Amino acid sequence: MSEIVISLEKVNKWFDDFHVLKDIDLSVIKGQKIVVCGPSGSGKSTMIRCINRLEAHQGGKIVVHDTELTNDLKNIDIIRKNVGMVFQQFNLFPHLSVLDNISLAPIWVKKMPKKEAEKVAMAHLEKVKIPEQAHKFPGQLSGGQQQRVAIARSLAMNPDIMLFDEPTSALDPEMIKEVLDVMIQLAEEGMTMLVVTHEMGFAKTVADQMIFMDEGKIVEQATPDEFFNNPKSDRTKLFLSQILNH
Amino acid sequence: MTTAAINNSFLRSKAGIWLRKNLFSNWVNTFITLLSLYFIWEVGSFFLNWAIFDADFLVNFRGEEILDRTYCSKNIEPGLHGACWAIIDARFYQFMYGFYPAEEVWRVNLTFFLLPISLVGIFFDKIPYRKFFIYFTFLFPFIAYYLLYGGPTLSQVGTNKWGGLLVTLFLGVTGIGLAFPLSILLALGRRSQMPIISSMCVIFIEFIRGVPLITLLFTANVMLPLFLPDGISPDNLLRALVAVTLFQSAYMAEAIRGGLQAIPRGQVEAARAMGLSYWQSTRKIILPQALRISIPPIVNTSIGLFKDTSLVLIIGLFDLLGIGRAALADMSWIKLYYEVYVFVSLVFFIFCFAMSRYSLYLEKKLKTDNSK
Amino acid sequence: MTSNPLRKLLFDEKIRSIWIQALIVGLFAFLVYTVSQTTAYNLEKRGIGTGFEFLQMSAGYDISFSLIDFTSKDTHLRAYFVGVLNTLLVSVTGIFLATILGFLVGVIRLSSNWLFRNIAYVYVEFTRNVPVLLQIILWYSILIHLPKVKQAVQFLEYFYLTNRGLYSPSPIFLEGFRFVAWSFVIAIIFTSFLKKYLKKKQNITGNQYPIFYINSAIIIFTPILIFYIMGMPMEFSHPVIKGFNFQGGMVLRPEFMGMLLGLSIYTAAFISETVRSGIMAVSKGQREASQALGLKSNFIMRLIIIPQALRVIIPPLTSQYLNLTKNSSLGIAIGYSDLVHGFGGISLNQTGKAIEIMLIVMVTYLIMSLTISLLMNIYNRTVQFKGNA
Repeated sequence: MSEIVISLEKVNKWFDDFHVLKDIDLSVIKGQKIVVCGPSGSGKSTMIRCINRLEAHQGGKIVVHDTELTNDLKNIDIIRKNVGMVFQQFNLFPHLSVLDNISLAPIWVKKMPKKEAEKVAMAHLEKVKIPEQAHKFPGQLSGGQQQRVAIARSLAMNPDIMLFDEPTSALDPEMIKEVLDVMIQLAEEGMTMLVVTHEMGFAKTVADQMIFMDEGKIVEQATPDEFFNNPKSDRTKLFLSQILNH
Repeated sequence: MTTAAINNSFLRSKAGIWLRKNLFSNWVNTFITLLSLYFIWEVGSFFLNWAIFDADFLVNFRGEEILDRTYCSKNIEPGLHGACWAIIDARFYQFMYGFYPAEEVWRVNLTFFLLPISLVGIFFDKIPYRKFFIYFTFLFPFIAYYLLYGGPTLSQVGTNKWGGLLVTLFLGVTGIGLAFPLSILLALGRRSQMPIISSMCVIFIEFIRGVPLITLLFTANVMLPLFLPDGISPDNLLRALVAVTLFQSAYMAEAIRGGLQAIPRGQVEAARAMGLSYWQSTRKIILPQALRISIPPIVNTSIGLFKDTSLVLIIGLFDLLGIGRAALADMSWIKLYYEVYVFVSLVFFIFCFAMSRYSLYLEKKLKTDNSK
Repeated sequence: MTSNPLRKLLFDEKIRSIWIQALIVGLFAFLVYTVSQTTAYNLEKRGIGTGFEFLQMSAGYDISFSLIDFTSKDTHLRAYFVGVLNTLLVSVTGIFLATILGFLVGVIRLSSNWLFRNIAYVYVEFTRNVPVLLQIILWYSILIHLPKVKQAVQFLEYFYLTNRGLYSPSPIFLEGFRFVAWSFVIAIIFTSFLKKYLKKKQNITGNQYPIFYINSAIIIFTPILIFYIMGMPMEFSHPVIKGFNFQGGMVLRPEFMGMLLGLSIYTAAFISETVRSGIMAVSKGQREASQALGLKSNFIMRLIIIPQALRVIIPPLTSQYLNLTKNSSLGIAIGYSDLVHGFGGISLNQTGKAIEIMLIVMVTYLIMSLTISLLMNIYNRTVQFKGNA
């Protein structure tokens, strides 16, 4: 059961002259929950955005479910159908209702009949516990509700892997919990998750592996136990001391 | 590809990367690039040949001085097609000053020189002695009036003698300058709680914005003498100025209104809570912020006004374009229309482009100021 | 707080606003009164009466370009209608051309090709910074300096470009053409039903049909098919040189073309900027979220980007349409008989009824402006994002 679903080998990326990812090596096993943390500018968002080709890597190899990520558009399509992404800014489509937001991709990418797509959409809305908002528009929802709709939208495509790019960083404190609860439930159901976040409580609860990134490199990778109680690198120690002393 | 190989090719051909990404990224792009290059070559070489390489500036291809159109190379030798710029030189004085008497033209030159100085105070807010520059800005209209029109110790030069760039700048600068305070009043009035005032302002603004400038110019031209008691007949330039000012004030008022709307209600509330009166809070708190935000659209409407001053040629005034047309009517220079129009376009372009660049600079500055 | 009546008068907010407004109304009324007295006096002195009877008098001048018949014996009122029609003609055609060109250039400005994009930039900057009047005059100059009729430039076998205008064949519709026209109308109605039907089918089965291509094919080919079946019921009257002029065919006058070219090209530059900023205003995250869901580019454009961009584009687009309509009043500079030129210019000079005529002209433009603004407001309200965002 240790099937590797994502593998990054010696991945390098530059933004013009700036070397943002340096020799990244990472393997994600099916069902694993990996939390990535680190100071801003460390490349953690860039790394997960490379996995669904929102950013293109220049060096190294990225393989998702046996499909290599290159400029080949067909490969990119296959990968995007199986990988879901939740953004920090939600990025819901403001001109569509909540229901339409979620059923859009099933209809147009999976070519589902409309009624079936709406059933799927409602099922996922219930999963994130806001089925009554189906016919509202994003502008009428709170931040926490919007992010939960965004999660439902990605889940509606039935991905095997979910990427989270700082999903709670744009939320007011009282709404963070509702989103994290959904993510914890998802983790318990066995989803493979790669989460970039500062929420260390969540990490301790859910993560199988902790990754600390700094200046484009993976500095430390360990189980949460070792990571929090016995960090090996000095930089990890410094980061943890800054972030855990609230 | 190994890391080292990537490193090498990337750093080595930075220009190559740019070319590949921007011009030749795929077949369609390459085709478009080649088509564009061809287009630029054809149009560019045609224009440059006509305007510069084959053109006569002051002497024709035989070296003779060009006194009128019969001396232009293209009118002598059938194979030659260059522009004959001598007409601009011959009429240059008129393009600049119109029919201003030559011995008094130093007054116009002095005004032209003082104009940018008077604007320094408005445009740049970090210069030393800014206060003096602002004083000068307020004094300038009187100084300019005295210089251009006349008064004690200076002979009178009627506005019917003004023309060319003098008229264009006069209408543009004065129009914008007079319209500005009027538009502030209109914008504030439109948002007033008193229904009479707000409806009067709305009606005025919507009326002016709904009709073409030319109808206002006609109205001012024909109707103003009818509205005023016998004997008072404002001269033509003044009538045009009235129309232009009213026109601009309506558009500027809308731009300022946008700025006013962008100020959060909390600002007004805080100011009133401190005990400031309506006028105090407006002058000290609201307007400074609103105007800062509105400056880009204000500059945009001003660019529009500057271009619209060309309409006065339709009511018989000789602005820059009007002088151009007059020059073309002259028998000795007939048919050099492209030279004249290109020249006039260039002058307008320089002024308007400079203003729009300034507006972009302001917008950037406002963005960075606001995101602190 | 004393209820001293004097104090109330000066400081009570409500009372104060009342008498300030009363004062203003009084001042305004006084102004209107004095001005109208002066005006009446001046008019009488010059022997110009007031009133609108002049509209029934004969105009006494010809109008060179008119969509309806007009001779110098017709009334000023009819001249007014000719002017309105000419204004509408050049405005509507101009808006149509400017929109197409503007959208095209706007999209080009977003192209990834640096060269292509900057050629468009140069066009936009040059056109926006030169007065529209100058551009209209320039185009008109070019058009009236084309070769004379005898040396007309012939192209596409039946078209002639001269300094008197563009001569082209004019179609003459014979008996059976009605059927072709009707088939076109029926095709349009049919395709709108087909669209609904196919969309329904998609909702039920999930299959996607190329609705756009199917409908376009039907609309284009059905009339063509009927045309051939009916035995091609259309002839052309070709322009033929006879002496110094052309006989037959139809002609686009340089005045009209000059206005059209000047107005469209000028307004298109502004429209392109509106389109460009509209598309850029759709946040990057929208595109990324769509891509992350696996949507293909053309769907992303159609379903996500363009609907949102249009909301931002339509209001300023409408004001540019208004500007074009108002700029059509510049026809007087090159002799295009729009409303201001004929009725506002010549009729005014002939009858001297400046106030009445200017009033009619301005009210006409006002009606046009307010109509367009009203339509825009209605549209705007229906497409606003629901919610507080």
